[in-house]
Amino acid sequence: MCGIFGVMDKRRQMMDGSGIRDALSIMNERGSGEGAGYVAYGIYPDYQNCYALHVLLDNPGKSKAVVDATLEQWGAIEHEEAIPTCDQPNLRTTCTPWRYFFKPDATLAPGSTSPEKDIITNLVMQINAAQNGAEVISSGKNVGVFKAGGSGAWPEDVANYYRIQDYEGYIWLAHNRYATASPEKWERPDPFNLHDWSVVENGKITTYGANRRYIESFGYTCSMSTDSEVITYLIDLLVRKHGLDINLAIRALAPPYWDEIDRMPEAEQKLNRALRFAYGSATMNGPFTIVAANPDMMVGFTDRGKLRPMVVGECDDRLYIASEEVAIRAMEPKVESITRPAAGEPVIGRVAP
Amino acid sequence: MAKKVTIDAKGVHYTPLNQQVRKAIADGAGEIVINNVLGQRFIGNGLRGDATIRVNGVAGGDLAMFMSGPTVIVHGNAEHAPGNTMDSGKVVIHGSAGDAVAHSMRGGKVFVRGDIGYRGGIHMKQYQAQRPILVVGGSAQTFLGEYMAGGLLIVLGLDGVMKAREIGSGIHGGEIVIRGDVDDACLASGAKKVPLTDEDRARIVPVLREFADDFGLDAEPLVKANYTRIVPASARPFAGKYTWE
Amino acid sequence: MSSNFGSMPLRYRISIDRKQCMECGRCIDNCSYGVFRRDGDRILINSRKCTACHRCLTYCPRDAIMLEEQPCDYRSHPVWTRAVRESIYNQSRTGKIILAGMGSVSNLPIIFDHLMLDACQVTTPPTDPLREPVELRTYLGKKPSRLDFKQKANGDVELSTELAPNLMVETPILLGHMSFGAISLNAHISMARAAQETGTYMGTGEGGLHPGLYPYQDRMIVQIASGRFGVNIDYLERGAAIELKLGQGAKPGIGGHLPGEKVSADVSKTRMIPEGSDAISPAPHHDIYGIEDLPQLVRSVREATGGKKPIFAKIAAVNNNAENVVAVARSGVDAIAIDGFRGGTGAAPRVFRDHVGIPIEVAIATADKELRKQGLRNEVSLIACGSIRESADVMKSIALGADAVYIATAALAAMGCRVCGNCYQGLCPWGIATQRQDLVDRLNPDVASKQVANLIHAWTLEITELMGAAGINSIESLRGNRDRLRGYMLDEGLLNILDVKSVGA
Repeated sequence: MCGIFGVMDKRRQMMDGSGIRDALSIMNERGSGEGAGYVAYGIYPDYQNCYALHVLLDNPGKSKAVVDATLEQWGAIEHEEAIPTCDQPNLRTTCTPWRYFFKPDATLAPGSTSPEKDIITNLVMQINAAQNGAEVISSGKNVGVFKAGGSGAWPEDVANYYRIQDYEGYIWLAHNRYATASPEKWERPDPFNLHDWSVVENGKITTYGANRRYIESFGYTCSMSTDSEVITYLIDLLVRKHGLDINLAIRALAPPYWDEIDRMPEAEQKLNRALRFAYGSATMNGPFTIVAANPDMMVGFTDRGKLRPMVVGECDDRLYIASEEVAIRAMEPKVESITRPAAGEPVIGRVAP
Repeated sequence: MAKKVTIDAKGVHYTPLNQQVRKAIADGAGEIVINNVLGQRFIGNGLRGDATIRVNGVAGGDLAMFMSGPTVIVHGNAEHAPGNTMDSGKVVIHGSAGDAVAHSMRGGKVFVRGDIGYRGGIHMKQYQAQRPILVVGGSAQTFLGEYMAGGLLIVLGLDGVMKAREIGSGIHGGEIVIRGDVDDACLASGAKKVPLTDEDRARIVPVLREFADDFGLDAEPLVKANYTRIVPASARPFAGKYTWE
Repeated sequence: MSSNFGSMPLRYRISIDRKQCMECGRCIDNCSYGVFRRDGDRILINSRKCTACHRCLTYCPRDAIMLEEQPCDYRSHPVWTRAVRESIYNQSRTGKIILAGMGSVSNLPIIFDHLMLDACQVTTPPTDPLREPVELRTYLGKKPSRLDFKQKANGDVELSTELAPNLMVETPILLGHMSFGAISLNAHISMARAAQETGTYMGTGEGGLHPGLYPYQDRMIVQIASGRFGVNIDYLERGAAIELKLGQGAKPGIGGHLPGEKVSADVSKTRMIPEGSDAISPAPHHDIYGIEDLPQLVRSVREATGGKKPIFAKIAAVNNNAENVVAVARSGVDAIAIDGFRGGTGAAPRVFRDHVGIPIEVAIATADKELRKQGLRNEVSLIACGSIRESADVMKSIALGADAVYIATAALAAMGCRVCGNCYQGLCPWGIATQRQDLVDRLNPDVASKQVANLIHAWTLEITELMGAAGINSIESLRGNRDRLRGYMLDEGLLNILDVKSVGA
């Protein structure tokens, strides 16, 4: 079932992680206590020009050496350290969370319009696809994913383990996992991240196979067997590489039905037909609510049959998207507006420039 | 005078909360007020009798599921599926509610002052004297009255535009009454529009008055309004789809 | 000099229950092969002429006729099978290549039957197609791989990508190419009407377009084959799309041959060849000797028709199928039909039909994979053909990567064909594979078109149910979604080729 939560401050005012933890925990009924995760934007102002790589290491010796070597091949490590953690009585630690602040060498991707991100993409794929005991769980600038799995990984345990209250961000996404496969794996809960984009999902797409085959034909390698991995790559492909506006990218992923398109005015019909023509293999089916973010925006959308809940709240400069209204109220009791947008009505909040 | 019991739900999990409600009813309480409700599920779940439960806050999912008799009044919103498989009694929600409101409801009334989400009234059904009634003050979303097999579903659209499409998809019993006109394009296959006769109006007027009364609205404009009635084109939508081997 | 074989064992034995028979003679009238004749008040039987077409059984008012296959045993032998021995007797008597009708009769495992479809249980909900949309609408043709936009003066963005012409079908089932000549005009008219009724298209085959089909030309895919029979600019302009036939699954690597006996006055007119002359289609197109010649033909057809019509190509599935498909995709065609080795035919050499080519399941899987690998998947639509027998085959084809399927033998069966495989005799008692007017008249297009439409409709319903059960509400979400298939008792090598997991995985 899973519970998801996202909050964005339009004026980049910082929120510490404690409220997000409370919002996610109140939806514990939606999880199975075998995985939870958080991602926050704006947490590393001191290293804002570096790509922050959060890595789960099976052991800090051998598997770390593989990551070190890969990073040194592609650029320079400005700083690295273990991610501070605080052991929780119920959470069994099976890996070491590590972070690198990394500057890719742009000259290694000649001809690319976004060489740094191409390098990050490649090295994340390379490390995660190999069986080397290291999984990169986030890789963007000024952003970081904190997640854990296994029994005892309730939202509050994971938050407390990572001392989430010590981080301040202007966009937060959080995910409370109801595990169906590999509950023990720490890399499996959402959020999933690739440089700019982070994704949390409630649901399960029935098109994983089709979407994966599509995205892999563009050089992405899916190694986590999770929906959100594929979704993150799809958004990266459509927005960064194909230059689609986020609105159109969402429409490509969850398009209107043909009978709706047939009723649209000519130009709109043509646009929507073109989107379905071009991106039929990227279309996601089955029940899902997705909240995604990059440094400039947070978006939420559901499958076109609206099989999963999505509640949107607004209060002053804050935009909230959650599986349940109570999550929003847990963080902001005075929330003014609560809406439940229809399928095909993406919620798009942008941070003021 | 029936006993009144007040419960503070702040930080209480739904299981102990609902145990407190059950105990209060067993002890003869006629009115139970639950304050600081924040998403606790299953309130009123499977309760019998005629107590009134006032929920102050946001009621969690499956409010009044399997309920048979009591009245639940929510001063706030409700999450998914209030009135789910409800037998009898009444649910009054002063705010809005999520998806699948009154799912498979078989009797009693669910009144929602605000909006409801997708698939409102899905598979409501009636049998003999059991006839469920769902009235929505605001708007409903797509797949309204989906698979509906019986009962009465009224949407008043008091707060603006009706957003529902695919209305009455697979409907094979019962009736959907919507204030104002409904575009043919919003009707799903298996549903058809028919005029609201005087007899139909006489049947819905008491319901409208009760709804207006519960929410302090002026009943007269509702009683006099123009309505579209949507009924099944057939009681057997699957007929004609199958052949024997 | 005659052979010493004498009478070979009967293939079929027809018997009449004399207690039931009322000597009405309907069997005599109906059997175009001459099995029955009247001798006084008795009906005599010559079982040797029987093809098991069932026409007599169908029209016997008393169910008095019974048919038995292989009534005479050979000594059983696992190597020297009956079929092998009979071929030897035939060829040692005649010294010739054996021709056969319909698709392959080899008893090889059918991969489709070893692929299981998926359904939702608790982690995802199924969709009930009766009450929520499940879209089968399919567009066949070139799709953009990405879109371009331009900024308008008022700041709005506008799509600047031009969309290539596509054929829109309401169901991913098209009626495959069978020529007028191989089959009758009434069979063609029946299928054309069914295509119109169900929102799909039918192929003309290579026999040209009879004026009787002009009313349905918007639903026709006109074919250019190596013989170029019936091809002129009028023909090309009438079709909704144009297909270049480069190969056929039942006989990869060889051409075709419509015997002079089947070239009736009407067939002569539509094929534009003299009556009674053999219509010979060469093995290759003689303007395509190398792959670089194919784009020339594609461009020529596009020039001639003003670029308004999608151009399809059909190839037979052979060993280097993936390479063939990407080569054809690069030629500029809009869709590629791949015909598997079980594909049907009016007549093909038995040795080709049963031994050359690869299964359609594998051909589609490898084609889709290679097209994706080379970034060409949106350049062409893929149509699977070659014994698509039921709706599950359609589902599985699409999950393996096809956009749509052609059905042909199934459509013939929907019109009454019993798959007796004697199409090449031209005596089809059902009025399908014949040009003899009295036989053609037996096929009533009002009835037969309804039957074909019913079949497409029923399969379409089944596909929506299967998709709904799998929680998929648009056909493009099924396309290439091999995750929703599992292989049952398929070997690891084949599973890898199909990129399908084993059951249980």
